Amino acid sequence: MIFRKLKRAETSGGIWGPIAVVVAGLVLLVGAPMVTGTFGLLQLTVFAALAIFALAQGFIWGFGGILCFGQSAFLGLGGYAYAVGALNMTDTTGAVALAIIVPMLFAALLGYFMFYGRISDAYIGVITLTVAIILFDLFNSTSGDIYHIGQAPLGGFNGIPSVPPLNIPGDPDAQLDTTGLWYAAMGALILCYIMLKWILATRFGRVVVAIRENETRAQLLGYDPRLFKLLTFVIGAGISGVAGCLYTNWGAFISPTVFSLTMSAQVIIYVLVGGLGTLVGPIFGAVGIQYLINLAGGQHVIDPNLLLGIVLVAFVLLVPQGVVPVIRNGFRRLMPVKSPGPALTPSVSQEVSQ
Amino acid sequence: MSVPLLEAENVTMRFGGVAAVQDVNLKLDEVELRCLIGPNGAGKSTFFKVLTGQLRPTEGVVRFRGQDITGAHPHVIARLGVGIKTQVPNVFNGLTVREGIGIAAGRKKSLRRARQIVDETMDLLQLTPIADRMVGQLAHGQRQWVEIATVLAQEPDLILLDEPAAGMTHEEVLRTAELIREINKKQALVVVEHDMQFIRMIAKTVTVFNRGKILIENQVEAVLADPGVRDVYLGKQAH
Repeated sequence: MIFRKLKRAETSGGIWGPIAVVVAGLVLLVGAPMVTGTFGLLQLTVFAALAIFALAQGFIWGFGGILCFGQSAFLGLGGYAYAVGALNMTDTTGAVALAIIVPMLFAALLGYFMFYGRISDAYIGVITLTVAIILFDLFNSTSGDIYHIGQAPLGGFNGIPSVPPLNIPGDPDAQLDTTGLWYAAMGALILCYIMLKWILATRFGRVVVAIRENETRAQLLGYDPRLFKLLTFVIGAGISGVAGCLYTNWGAFISPTVFSLTMSAQVIIYVLVGGLGTLVGPIFGAVGIQYLINLAGGQHVIDPNLLLGIVLVAFVLLVPQGVVPVIRNGFRRLMPVKSPGPALTPSVSQEVSQ
Repeated sequence: MSVPLLEAENVTMRFGGVAAVQDVNLKLDEVELRCLIGPNGAGKSTFFKVLTGQLRPTEGVVRFRGQDITGAHPHVIARLGVGIKTQVPNVFNGLTVREGIGIAAGRKKSLRRARQIVDETMDLLQLTPIADRMVGQLAHGQRQWVEIATVLAQEPDLILLDEPAAGMTHEEVLRTAELIREINKKQALVVVEHDMQFIRMIAKTVTVFNRGKILIENQVEAVLADPGVRDVYLGKQAH
């Protein structure tokens, strides 16, 4: 019922923006293998995976109002679920499903206690952060032969090497090469973007945003904020799981560092820099920041973490809205053809107050 | 006798050693308009919070059409058909007026019906000219009406208004009073209010709270003429 779609007339954003984003994504999807070599494509693949991760954080934080400081927990669980699944099954399709389902189940359990336990926002941040650290320590301590799931040794600090790559569903021999993985990663990014746009246009999505705006009011209207927040959190975890699966595929390797604080912090920075409350913003944030980090890492002039810190501070001080909202507002100012919502004019307010 | 729309039976709310509300009984019929008044600290707001599920009473029962709703979650109470306007406006600042009212109108209703409710409600409250403005940018009085519109769009059978006229200009108060009379043609209302002029404009039956108890409950003229009420409350404030 609540998932029924509302028509465009009631959405605040236009339909053309998202279509342009999807078209640009498709052009990149098809065009990238033609203009860049294996190395460049691998680079772009990890950018796409991290952009999906950023989308998840951007969705639950920017639209659901849930500040999760440990989103890497779901990235890592997705990555490990894929690795364990792929090592145990000949067809990796099941492993992909696991990479989505495992983080979602974990998020459902964790979220149930957080949201139904009426834990305040600040503590949700603390709890999620702690959970990611616990998982980091847990997977770190799984070295030795006794720690294995089926055929897959967990490998402790060293992680799981030689994870089998994705294959075309139903055909275990048709393993994806670098180009194939790029198509999968970029395709997944486009699909995740479309799915989230669609969710936000549904009645469910509208209520999620309304709860972010005013939880008490939403509750007084008969909506149960706990349920909506839980579902939002679980959706975010599933998308993070997709990112984790692709991330593992990118290096054919996963280790506990996916659960690290750096990962959780990075995704928050992607969202802040790109623009909180948008979906395109986190994507640009992820790509831009990763590009900078790679650049810094390659030149050995400046420490990447220091650079990340500088970028964060600069943005919080100078562009707190993030890049995408600033650019968007700039465009609207240049082309004031059909700006949504008439400007605040005295005549309108007088008319109303009479 | 028919089942009352809302019934509070021996409701007591204690905070530590202080009884903010003590042994209060109140019955409200379908399509009734009831005003709750009383001096500061009389227990009106606490009682209101007990009725709306924001507080669970220490003792006593609250029933809605015979169903026990004591301490139920606010969203459960809302779903039974109770609309609540809080003292401090609770509105969706980041949404447009239309979107916010749509959220209220859309629960368990078809899209077409929801749109129709939104249009009608905005029309009734004269919000149509500002339908696409962000609620956060509006003036205080307009935000109050947006909240009232949001509550009305739920189509509740009982509407609880906590100080609806607070902070409004004289013209806005007049319009709000008119609106309440209009709403009361079909729906029951409980209005908690300070402003005696406003009470005079709308009230039929008035319940006066003092020190956590009901001092008197009667027709508005009788209440305003009551010397006891004048002593605790009206003596200084009603002119």
